[in-house]
Amino acid sequence: MTDHISKKKFMEELRRYQKGSVTRRHFLGVTGLGAATAVLGSTMPGLRATTAMASDIGDRVVLATWPNYHDEANFDMFTDKTGAFLQVNVFGSNEEMLAKLQAGGSGWDVYVPTNYTITTYVEEDLIEPLDLSKLPNYDPAAFDPRFSDAGIVDGVVYAVPKNWGTTGMAINMSHNGGKPFTSWKEFFDRTMDDFSGRTMVHDYQLTTIGAALNYHGYSFNSVDEAELADAEKLLIDVKPHLFAITSDYQPAMRSGDAWLTICWTGDGKQLSTDIPEIAYALGKEGGELWSDYYAIPKGAPHMEAAYALINFMLDPEVNAREVLAHGYPVADSRTNELLPEEVLNDPILYPAAELLNALEFGAAATLTDPNRAELLARFKSA
Amino acid sequence: MTQRLRNWLLVAPAAAWLIVMLVLPLSVVFVFSFGERAPSGGYVPAFTFEQYANLPARFTAFKNTLILAPLGTIMALLIAYPLAYQLAVRTSQRWKTLLLVLVIVPFWTSILIRSYAWIFLLGGGGIPALLASLGIEDVRLIYTPFAVLVGIVYGYLPLMVFPIYVSLERLDKRLLEASADLGAHPATTFLTVTLPMSISGIATGCMLVFILLMGEFLIPALLGGGKVFFVGNALVDLFLQSRNWAFGSAVAMMLIIIMLVTVTLYMRLISRLNVQRDDAQLM
Repeated sequence: MTDHISKKKFMEELRRYQKGSVTRRHFLGVTGLGAATAVLGSTMPGLRATTAMASDIGDRVVLATWPNYHDEANFDMFTDKTGAFLQVNVFGSNEEMLAKLQAGGSGWDVYVPTNYTITTYVEEDLIEPLDLSKLPNYDPAAFDPRFSDAGIVDGVVYAVPKNWGTTGMAINMSHNGGKPFTSWKEFFDRTMDDFSGRTMVHDYQLTTIGAALNYHGYSFNSVDEAELADAEKLLIDVKPHLFAITSDYQPAMRSGDAWLTICWTGDGKQLSTDIPEIAYALGKEGGELWSDYYAIPKGAPHMEAAYALINFMLDPEVNAREVLAHGYPVADSRTNELLPEEVLNDPILYPAAELLNALEFGAAATLTDPNRAELLARFKSA
Repeated sequence: MTQRLRNWLLVAPAAAWLIVMLVLPLSVVFVFSFGERAPSGGYVPAFTFEQYANLPARFTAFKNTLILAPLGTIMALLIAYPLAYQLAVRTSQRWKTLLLVLVIVPFWTSILIRSYAWIFLLGGGGIPALLASLGIEDVRLIYTPFAVLVGIVYGYLPLMVFPIYVSLERLDKRLLEASADLGAHPATTFLTVTLPMSISGIATGCMLVFILLMGEFLIPALLGGGKVFFVGNALVDLFLQSRNWAFGSAVAMMLIIIMLVTVTLYMRLISRLNVQRDDAQLM
C-alpha cells in the first residue's frame, strides 16, 4: 500500500514538473521538451498502470495537446476509472503537430487540432472519421455550431469541439493611463511611438501577420499579395521597436520588461488574474476566433482508449472542471450550465457579441500558404 | 576465420552506424534539396535548382551565424585560456580536482534549463536592476545579440577549457624554468614556450565550439527573442513551421558546404602553424 502511495505521489510530482516546465508554447517549440516528457512517461515503470488495473481498453492512451490545457485531476480520474494511463505530449504550434503527423509514426491516440487544420488533415488522410456510437457524451445539439462545424468535413464528423478562444492583445494599462488599447492601429502605432522597445508579437505567422493585416483593415486570413506586402512593410517598420518576437510572452509581461503583446484568451486570463494592471483586449478591426477539437489520428495505436478518453472529456462535469483549470470558454451548453456565473460573465472568456462578430476563424489556406510562411521568415531575419 | 573476414567483422558495427546515422540521412537531405514543397507542406519529388536559387532569402541567417559563431568562439577562447592556464600551471594538485569538477558541474543540468535561467538574469529584474541600483539606468540586455553572445560563451566554455587544460597540463614545467633561467621575461616565456605548446589544445577547443555554434538554434531562440536569427533557427522554422522540407534541405546542404570549407581552411592553417613552430606535440 505504501508503495502505491509513493507511486501516486511520484506521478503527481512528475505532473507538477511537466506542468511547470512546459507552460510555454515557445519553449516547447524550440526544444521538443514535450516529446521528451512523453518518452519519460513511457519508460518509467512506476508510471504505467499496473496490470491488475488494466481493462479492455489497454493500459495507456497518448494525448498530443497544448500547454496548460487540461485539469490534471481529470486525467487521474480517467486512469482510476479505466486503468489506462495518460501519456501527455505537449506541442507549440499546429504546424509542428502537422509536421509530426506528416512525418509518420507519431504514436498518438488523441490530438487537439485547431479548426483551420482539420480539412488539411482530411486531405492528407491523417485523421480518423469518428464512430459517434462510441461517443455517447457527444450531443451535437448542445454545441454552438459556430464552434463545432469545423469538425465536420463533407458531412463526416472527424473532430468534436474541446474549447474555443480569441487572439487579442494584453496590455499593461499603467503605461496608458489605466486604459486598455482598443485597436490594432493603436497596437502598432503606439509601438512605434511611446511603447517602443516594450511590445512583443508572436513567433507565429497566423497571428502576427493577421494582426498586421487587421491594422490595414484587411482580412486576418488574407493571402492577397498586395495586402501581404503592406503587412510586411508594417512589420519590418515595427521590428526595431519590438522587445521580442516570441510566443513565450508571459515572463516578460510579468516582469514588467514588456508592456504590450499579442495574446491568446487563456494567457490573457492568467495574466490579468495575477496582475490586475494587465488587461486583455480585442482589436475592433478584427482578429482571430478559433476553436480546438478532439480528434484521432489515422492508425492510432490505442483506438479504444482514444474513444474512451474523448468520451470522458466530453462529459459536462469533467468539461466544467477543464474550463476552471484552463480558462478558455467552451461551446457546450450542458457544460456552461454547470459553470459559475462569474466565469460566464467574464469579458475575457466570453467577449461582447459586437467584438466577437468582428473576429474571423483562421482558414486552412492561411495556415498552409507558403508566402505567409516566407513573409514571417523574412520579418524575423530582417 | 581468415584475417580478411575478421577485419570486416571488426569494421562492420562502425560502418553500419555510419551508414545508418550519417550517410542515409545526408542522402535524404541531398535528394530533398532538389525537390519541391507539397501544397500543404512536406516534400514532393522533383528535380529543380529552385531551392538553391532561393538561398539568398536566408542571407541574414547565414550572416548572423558567420559573425556570431566565430565571435563566440574567440570570446570563449579569451575567457577559457586564462582559466585553463590557472588550473593547469598555477593550481596545486589538492585544489585542481575540485576546481575541475566545478567547471564540469554545469554540464549536469541541461543546457536548456541553464539558458532559460539567463532569461531571468538578463531580464529587467536581474542584472539591469542591479546596475540601476548602482546608478546605471535603462540597460537593456535580454533579447539582444549581446545576450546571445553571453549565452553562447557561458554554454560552451567548458568545451574550450578542457582541451586547453589538457595541453597545458602535459606541458613540461621544467621548460618554463629553463626559459626563466636563460633570462627570458615571463611574457617572452609565455609567447615562445607556453602558447606554442598549447596550440593543439586551442585548435581542438576552437574547432569543437565553432562547429557546434554553427548549428546552434536554442540560445538565439531563447536569449535573442526571435530577433537574432541563426541558420539553425531558419532550419527549425522551415521544417516545423512552414514545413518547406525542400528549401530546408537546401539550407542544410549550404550549411554543410560552408562548414566543410571553413573547417578545411582552418585545419590547413593549424597544420601550417604546427610546421612553422616545429612542435612535436602537435597533431
